[in-house]
Amino acid sequence: MNVVEIENLTVDYQGILALDKVNFSVESKDFLGIIGPNGAGKTTLFNCMLGLLDNYQGEIRFFGTSIKKSKKYLSQIGYVPQKPVFEKNFPATISEVVEMGLTKNSKKDRIDEVLQKVWLHELSHRRIGDLSGGQQQRVFIAKALVNKPQILILDEPVTGIDSQSKELFYQILHDLNQKENITIIWSSHDLDAVAKLASKVACLNRTLFFHGISEDFFHNEDLLKMYSESSMQIHMHHHED
Amino acid sequence: MVFEILSYGFMHRALISGIAIALMCSVVGLFLVLRRYSLFGDALAHAAFGGVAAGLFLGIYPIWVAFGVSVSSALGLTKIRQKFQISGDATVAILLSSGLAMGVVLISLAGGFTVDIFSFLFGSILLVSLENTILILGLAGSILIVILLLYRQLVYTTFNEEQAKVSGIPVEKLNYLLVTIAGITVVSSMQLVGILLISSLIVIPNVTAMLFSRGFKQTAILSMTFAVSSVVIGILTSYTFNIVPGGMIVLISITFFSVSLGIKSAGFIKNKTIIPSIKQV
Repeated sequence: MNVVEIENLTVDYQGILALDKVNFSVESKDFLGIIGPNGAGKTTLFNCMLGLLDNYQGEIRFFGTSIKKSKKYLSQIGYVPQKPVFEKNFPATISEVVEMGLTKNSKKDRIDEVLQKVWLHELSHRRIGDLSGGQQQRVFIAKALVNKPQILILDEPVTGIDSQSKELFYQILHDLNQKENITIIWSSHDLDAVAKLASKVACLNRTLFFHGISEDFFHNEDLLKMYSESSMQIHMHHHED
Repeated sequence: MVFEILSYGFMHRALISGIAIALMCSVVGLFLVLRRYSLFGDALAHAAFGGVAAGLFLGIYPIWVAFGVSVSSALGLTKIRQKFQISGDATVAILLSSGLAMGVVLISLAGGFTVDIFSFLFGSILLVSLENTILILGLAGSILIVILLLYRQLVYTTFNEEQAKVSGIPVEKLNYLLVTIAGITVVSSMQLVGILLISSLIVIPNVTAMLFSRGFKQTAILSMTFAVSSVVIGILTSYTFNIVPGGMIVLISITFFSVSLGIKSAGFIKNKTIIPSIKQV
């Protein structure tokens, strides 16, 4: 069953195409890795999907309904941004940050439950600004999960995070997808991690030039060659370094 | 001595109004300080000064005109910031000087400064009437109830607007609501400390509380405690020594802040907070 359908999505920033006729769908329980270089349009795509950008052409449907018709789908989505912007000294404990994501229908017990899932329950009374970047991102995953969303959207969530924290983060994503059946849509520069974790891959560079089973992409020399010969080349070198 | 002071009717009204204003200013102020709007209260107070002068000039009850001018300025300023992307400090400076300029011109046209104007500039809480006490209590109660009802949405929007928007929170409407509340708070507080000192009541208790606390609720409670203590001690001291209450309240508030900084410097508090509003001010 498709939970997300994107048809001919085009975003034109004063004559510059950020996205050009992008088409793909996401099935329930998919773990979709979206890869592409900086400026490929990944964040623009997410901004459209999350209702933060509405001057696009084409159609975006969540659970069969156009997002221009109803914003109810947002209650079924958890979102983890690339680098959450907040005042470093904002006086909020980890529990309070997670509580911000809580809707009226959710219970407060859920806060401890999600903090346990991201292995932060023992730090629940610490101030958010006192945590490391990796720990902060785990708090934002907990906040995204607090309303039991069906879909988790993550925009390059491990940028600037140390490798040990990354591994822990990836383990959490894997468990959420495999054990709790949460659909994950995740953009990343880390091709190794995408190859390991994602069940499906979408390669984006303003247009979508591959969307399908992860293994089909990573085991296909022609596709990888096409990927590296496109504007992804710079990224691949960077990654190998 | 204290019991004698507390037996006067005017003192009851002053303390009740003062405590209500302290609670309102500290809670509303926490959201403003964390959004880096520390001087917004000051700008609204100066706009309100223009409203007071217009009221006195036109022979309309000045507080009502001040409410109108302050709230419409707050909403107008927010709209201008969003539409023309002018920086926050620049818009605050424009509002501050235009309110003051309007006030000075109208006062000049009306024949110069009067006792009424001075009471609005520096506060006159000991002279607050029963009607005004009821008005302040009603406004403070309504504002605190609204904030309590929208607490989670307001905190979330203050923490990160984009994420709040993705969670389905109507961020723009909340921003307009908050500046409207700020406008009402500023005008309600004029009688306590006066137009020139209002921003201190909005900023200082919150900055002091943030030195000690980890969480938002804890900060709000501590800030209210500092604000109420400053107001009560300030009013009682000013009556005892025959000093203007507005200035005394602010000085007590600054004393709390200085002592807290001293305790922090001495290493009794471990968290390394540098408060945004200090950097901004």
